[in-house]
Amino acid sequence: MTTTAQIQPTFEAWRSKARELLKHGVAPENVDWVDASQTASLLAEVPAKYQIAPNASVKVPAEFLRLAANVCAHTDQRRFAILYRLLHRLALGGEKHLLAMPSDRDMHQCTMWAKAVSRDIHKMHAFVRFRLVGVNEQNGREQFVAWFEPEYRITRLASPFFEKRFASMEWSILTPDECASWDGNKLTFMPGMSRHDAPAADAHDDLWRTYYRSIFNPARLKVQAMQSEMPMKYWKNLPEAEIIHDLIASSDQRVRAMIATPERPVKPAPNNAYLNSLRNKPEKLTSPAPASPVSSP
Amino acid sequence: MELTRKLEILADAAKYDASCASSGAARKDSRDGKGIGSTGGMGICHSYTPDGRCVSLLKVLLTNACLYDCHYCINRRSSNVQRARFTPEEVVQLTLDFYKRNYIEGLFLSSGIVRSADFTMEQVIEVARQLREVHHFRGYIHLKTIPEASQALIDKAGRYADRISINIELPSQKSLDRLAPEKNLTNTMQAMHGIRQRIDENVDAKKAARQIVNRPRAKAPAFATGQSTQMIVGADDSTDALVLHRADELYRDCRLRRVYYSGFSPIPEPSVLLPIKPPPLVREHRLYQADWLLRFYGFDVGELLPKEDPNLDLDLDPKLAWALRNRAVFPVDINRASQELLWRIPGLGTVNVARILAARRWASLTLADLQRMRVNLKKVMPFIIAADHRPHIAQLENANLRQQFLPGPRQLELNFNAPPPTTPADATMVLSGQL
Ligand code: SF4
Repeated sequence: MTTTAQIQPTFEAWRSKARELLKHGVAPENVDWVDASQTASLLAEVPAKYQIAPNASVKVPAEFLRLAANVCAHTDQRRFAILYRLLHRLALGGEKHLLAMPSDRDMHQCTMWAKAVSRDIHKMHAFVRFRLVGVNEQNGREQFVAWFEPEYRITRLASPFFEKRFASMEWSILTPDECASWDGNKLTFMPGMSRHDAPAADAHDDLWRTYYRSIFNPARLKVQAMQSEMPMKYWKNLPEAEIIHDLIASSDQRVRAMIATPERPVKPAPNNAYLNSLRNKPEKLTSPAPASPVSSP
Repeated sequence: MELTRKLEILADAAKYDASCASSGAARKDSRDGKGIGSTGGMGICHSYTPDGRCVSLLKVLLTNACLYDCHYCINRRSSNVQRARFTPEEVVQLTLDFYKRNYIEGLFLSSGIVRSADFTMEQVIEVARQLREVHHFRGYIHLKTIPEASQALIDKAGRYADRISINIELPSQKSLDRLAPEKNLTNTMQAMHGIRQRIDENVDAKKAARQIVNRPRAKAPAFATGQSTQMIVGADDSTDALVLHRADELYRDCRLRRVYYSGFSPIPEPSVLLPIKPPPLVREHRLYQADWLLRFYGFDVGELLPKEDPNLDLDLDPKLAWALRNRAVFPVDINRASQELLWRIPGLGTVNVARILAARRWASLTLADLQRMRVNLKKVMPFIIAADHRPHIAQLENANLRQQFLPGPRQLELNFNAPPPTTPADATMVLSGQL
């Protein structure tokens, strides 16, 4: 007998449903997982008729829950089913050591999904760019808004980091799936928005691009290395990405100019007390420098 | 001078310093609503420039005016580069503005040497002081220190910074005398020893404090948690053996977090002593791999670089090169061998070794298991025994084995532009922006 488990595509929803199914010993092959946010009309949920009485308690290692949280954020349709099968094998199937078996098929699949998700989270921490939109008149806190397009549904998983780091600002991160907002005290989540709801630029973007341009070394061009860490799909929301093409295109020319530059002759040392002290004390080779007199700026 | 122009000059002046790490700081955050920022755990690379390098910190010089004449450096006094100077307030504001927009993890501040070592250090410290004490900045701060500065100032720098560093630049005094005549290896090593002592003392003090009270988490560290250094490669004629012996000494005696190897790169103001040549990128990459093997895989320098061959093989990664020289060690049975021996198998990183150790308690591992762990089978197969695999001894003894691993001509070019991560450890290294 097949049960339909229709849930919102979140870890919390999956966990409570999975717990319920597991308590009744429902086998993974008898569950049909449906993403409620993807179905047009909600099927009238038929309460499942369980054949077995609820099992007292279900205990799984914390490590599994961490894995599950990431897997649920993935977008692959099969994730809830495979995750439930893993849970079932772990909790009721007597395969307690599954988590130490990266070569197991289900484990491998879930690990891959979790990895992709955690990479996406990492990239979100890296590539979100806040834009100043105003100042809260009551408490003087600066207010920032960012627009970001993660690959998976990671807003909730990625937000605590921003809370810790930017607790004294007010900020919102808008994404197509879900938005996060911090008012200085509380983190709240709202439905997704569109990029037009976020400001397109910040006055500091120019200064940031200046920095980006200047820290780049044209003599070491390694475009592939850059792209493997900063894939092009993220470029559209990075202010510095606008100048990447120009930097690459002009680097050859810049290196040529360096090569054409005549070598500079060595200038003599100026008469400076500190420099003289370095030169005049060969015994300094073995003892630390004496503190030189401190001059004020 | 306009701020934009200053930033241009002083970032350009700082770009030859390879260090950009922002990992390993003490855990701190700003959830108390005061100040801004957080550190702890892995640092983040907020961007990448087309040279493949991570942008994690605002890396600038306070001034690019310098009394010294280091010939590999664009800021040396003999260079005709335009000079500029930030006020401490300007750097502080830039750091905060960039940080709030999530462009960076923090600040890496260095400076040309003006007036004296102590005078310069005081200026650098003032920036860090303002960030920490006036603005309660809890992001990452890396300060470059000058070995000739007084111990009191180095201590002070360490109290504000998460990391401090002194660049050793070249592995021997002979090379320094020629290319960086003001620099002194003994002073540098002594200063590093001093810093190590402070770091150790701080670790002990923290342990002691933890036993008495639970100290609030959001406190800035009492002393930096690590130090690092940089060696320039390809500017002098030092061998890889010399470079790695020096690095090894620094890791052991001064407990450095990282030694960065920076392939000498052409600068716009070339010196008569150091004419322009392309940066030795492959050599730099091999040095990083060898460095990794020294620190995490239980190799020592002598094994990687036998006396008769003091330079790394540019065509093969150093572990593979070692394995080919020591074929009698192989094949190694992945279902029985010790961790130390597994670490020596070419193509197996520490992460996969840990996985193998965990998984083999439950089942005898096959090639398919390795494949699911994303092990490069072609690379490991000649060296291992698995449940369903045993290499032909003839293959291991074959003099042409080396040939099999050589990259084709096309690939070599690829290699040069973007050395592929060879081990999972390498990949994490790249991920964390530490390469
Ligand atoms: S001390 Fe040497 S390396 Fe440092 S800025 Fe001056 S010239 Fe450059």
